[in-house]
Amino acid sequence: MFVLVEMVDTVRIPPWQFERKLNDSIAEELNKKLANKVVYNVGLCICLFDITKLEDAYVFPGDGASHTKVHFRYVVFHPFLDEILIGKIKGCSPEGVHVSLGFFDDILIPPESLQQPAKFDEAEQVWVWEYETEEGAHDLYMDTGEEIRFRVVDESFVDTSPTGPSSAEATSSSEELPKKEAPYTLMGSISEPGLGLLSWWTSS
Amino acid sequence: MEVKDANSALLSNYEVFQLLTDLKEQRKESGKNKHSSGQQNLNTITYEFVKFISQTPCRAGSPMQDSIPGLQDHDLSRRQAEKLQLLNHRPMTAVEIQLMVEESEERLTEEQIEALLHTVTSILPAGPEAEQKKNTDDVAMDEEDPA
Repeated sequence: MFVLVEMVDTVRIPPWQFERKLNDSIAEELNKKLANKVVYNVGLCICLFDITKLEDAYVFPGDGASHTKVHFRYVVFHPFLDEILIGKIKGCSPEGVHVSLGFFDDILIPPESLQQPAKFDEAEQVWVWEYETEEGAHDLYMDTGEEIRFRVVDESFVDTSPTGPSSAEATSSSEELPKKEAPYTLMGSISEPGLGLLSWWTSS
Repeated sequence: MEVKDANSALLSNYEVFQLLTDLKEQRKESGKNKHSSGQQNLNTITYEFVKFISQTPCRAGSPMQDSIPGLQDHDLSRRQAEKLQLLNHRPMTAVEIQLMVEESEERLTEEQIEALLHTVTSILPAGPEAEQKKNTDDVAMDEEDPA
């Protein structure tokens, strides 16, 4: 679920950091900039893996800072399609089951990807798998906090970078901000034997 | 910023765990000097990731992927992704293997799956939680497949 991503960036080091080792300052700047952020079409950045190449540093007129082009590798959370992951149920809603990995929350298992037949219990706000046996149907509840194993079936990136003011109406309706969209969302599925709550498959 | 290769290598959970714990130690040693401000994001992700990983079996440590003997015998070595999942999840039941290995029914016989399970449990140290489960596994195996 983690990949190494090769990137190139120009890092600005302010003069008061010149007493330190360049590598340390650069590593810190890169972690400051990228850690715990989603890069569009790449994934959620975790931390710097290593610096592979440092190009010459330049000091530009009018700015005392040094600018160094850095080639580096970064650890990124980006599960491949069909990967099996284990997370915790964060909550259920009519849109499906929301799953969290602790450091990454935007995972949704839509109703059609649940174990079938499934229904949403409006009273308890929880999804139920109506598992049928010879003795009749068992209701298996997908409670919040339970551990769940799922398959990654789709991912979507949303460009959340700020856009300029488009028209006059944008300013008038600025008070009610649109719902904050997640920059990176995973779609899961549990419609296979072995997938779903861990307790469904380990004990009777 | 420019991305040169969005997928230059795969990392196992354990490798990331080790990297982050090393980094944490390093920063602790260097002390809280004035330079390490502005690293809240890194602290957050480290904390959350370590919390997550301590619930999975892989924090118990493991050899690198290539050093797992026996996997080659199972025709899995050429598929990086499958190997990685075996490492991260330490499957203990046949149904888990079926999930992680594509078309496992055609590629692996029942004996091979058994052997693979054995390889995984013998080579990769299981988490403390898994140790307890192991005892109940034999019972669970029979009731595994409700389909």
